[in-house]
Amino acid sequence: MSGLTLYEKIWRRHEVATGAGGRSLLYIDRHLLHDGSFHAFESLRAGARKVRRPQACFATPDHYVPTANRANITDPDALQKLAQLETNTRENAIVQFGIHDPRQGIVHVIGPEQGITQPGITLVCGDSHTSTHGAFGALSFGIGASEVAHVLATQCLWQRKSKTLRLNVNGVLPGEVYSKDVILALIAKIGAGGATGHAIEYAGSTIRSLSMEARLTLCNMSIEAGARCGMIAPDDTTCEYLAGRPYAPQEAEWDLALQFWRSLPSEADARFDREVALDAATLAPMVTWGTSPEYAVPVSATVPDPALESDPVRRAGMEQALRYMGLAPGTRLEGLAMDRVFIGSCTNSRLEDLRIAAQVVRGRRAVIPALVVPGSGLVKRAAEAEGLDRVFIEAGLDWRDPGCSMCVGMNGDLVDSGQRCASTSNRNFEGRQGKGARTHLMSPAMAAAAAVTGKITDVRKLMGH
Amino acid sequence: MEIFNTLTAVAMPLELVNLDTDRIIPARFLRKPRSAGYHNWLFHDLRYQTEGLEDPGFVFNHPAYRGAKILVAAENFGCGSSREGAVWALAGAGFRAWIAPSFGDIFFENTFKNGALAITLPAGKVAAIRKLLVDLPGTELTIDLAAQVLRLPGGATEPFDIDPFRKQCLVEGVDEIGLTLSHEAAIAAYERRQKEIAPWL
Repeated sequence: MSGLTLYEKIWRRHEVATGAGGRSLLYIDRHLLHDGSFHAFESLRAGARKVRRPQACFATPDHYVPTANRANITDPDALQKLAQLETNTRENAIVQFGIHDPRQGIVHVIGPEQGITQPGITLVCGDSHTSTHGAFGALSFGIGASEVAHVLATQCLWQRKSKTLRLNVNGVLPGEVYSKDVILALIAKIGAGGATGHAIEYAGSTIRSLSMEARLTLCNMSIEAGARCGMIAPDDTTCEYLAGRPYAPQEAEWDLALQFWRSLPSEADARFDREVALDAATLAPMVTWGTSPEYAVPVSATVPDPALESDPVRRAGMEQALRYMGLAPGTRLEGLAMDRVFIGSCTNSRLEDLRIAAQVVRGRRAVIPALVVPGSGLVKRAAEAEGLDRVFIEAGLDWRDPGCSMCVGMNGDLVDSGQRCASTSNRNFEGRQGKGARTHLMSPAMAAAAAVTGKITDVRKLMGH
Repeated sequence: MEIFNTLTAVAMPLELVNLDTDRIIPARFLRKPRSAGYHNWLFHDLRYQTEGLEDPGFVFNHPAYRGAKILVAAENFGCGSSREGAVWALAGAGFRAWIAPSFGDIFFENTFKNGALAITLPAGKVAAIRKLLVDLPGTELTIDLAAQVLRLPGGATEPFDIDPFRKQCLVEGVDEIGLTLSHEAAIAAYERRQKEIAPWL
């Protein structure tokens, strides 16, 4: 019999009961909540049910929060959502990092930052990008409002085991190629539904060499390949990141936790249902041209021709994407004019992302409107402590307060219809950043290059690589 | 929750691959309470050219499909955001079942929590059903959940798989939270053991 995978180890440890049809009742260790979680609290109230384990829940407003003029919020819907979260967390004795708390931010940024996210745990949140936390070797996935209510009431969730897919990435990433490019290349290779029904484990020398922040970017977009969760085995990088974080284990418990974390990596003889490989040395900065993250190509490429696609449904999908994006087959992406830039989101709003973007814009001048939205209040403070805010502001970029912002536009940070946005976010869906908005996904380095040139630019050339 | 037994209804074909939940209901409408009627914004930006003006080219606006309760979609239907509002919008508009070669995982889970049924069939078969619905708009299909078969016009049938627990929930309208709470002893025992072996959690 082959050894267990990281996924199977966590699964087994959390099985509370088993049911018909191969279902398991899994215990949920950590539950993150945000200002869009109000539906679940409503249904809990309607069923006269209580939150079973408030100390396992952590909340922060992110989707609806304004990223400017926070001292004087006027949007009635935003005020109502903030008040709702305040009431729901207070009534249920749940910790909330509120709008004026320096720890407030995007749930998927603050979970790791506070040490709430840890190896070997199960973590859920009513947000599809909960896959992010798998970077710590946690089993972490997004759920809908009914399941949020279920976890609040029972601290458990019925699940069927997924198949496993290992993505092996080996070699050294070329200059100005980042984990965002790795994940876009993977999605382009296997498709937006390519990992549906699978739990991804990212492995190989390239992955091992990534920082925690870069790993979070990678796992974040697992859902864009159809996988509910993506994970990376915990190692020294993981443990060093967690040491001393407010909600991480301390002192004697730290040693006990370390022992457990060291036992988690997949066994050498573990078998995966599927294996996919990428050679890091062959990767280039990636850009999307269409309305699915699978429509990603290296920056030097041209827009593909749907006529060359043999499958009629896929061909129709490409044609629709080109119509929406206002692009013709054969168009060179390099040089394509952009109208605005968004640097932020749970994918790319951490300190490392901001450092990379700042390095590109330093001493240059933005020629199109560009929004920089840090992932949390603490990221913002840390960036300001090293002067990154000055770099952005002097280059003419707009330095904002933390939140989901223009990734999904629920707070009013929107891209106008027909405008092209060079965005570090995770979804280029029709209407995602605003009705008629045209999103081109890319790394923070590439988005910063677009800001100072007004067009899709190969950041390697700009930086003299 | 409405019980699901046998459903005979007009089926609407949707040819779009990777039809994400943002397109099923755009994010700007999620700030509304569910009681505001999420069906009002179902496929909003596909349905309307400008505010209030329907796009006659979009299948949902075709008179033959008005009153459809079954949706036959393409690969990776409901991918993307976890918003349960996508299912509420479909259910609010009268849809009770969707058939596709594959679904977004979270959307698939959300479906069953709302008394609706998601059926996965091979891509070729789903494409043939969509073609039938395009060629003969207004065609009715029958879903027999007890027998786990989809009945097509002319007597053809397609068997489908469903998790027995999900089937039971649909047929009986089970309260899932109540059911899970019946495992209280096991949950409490798990928590005691966890406190011993992983006190930091």
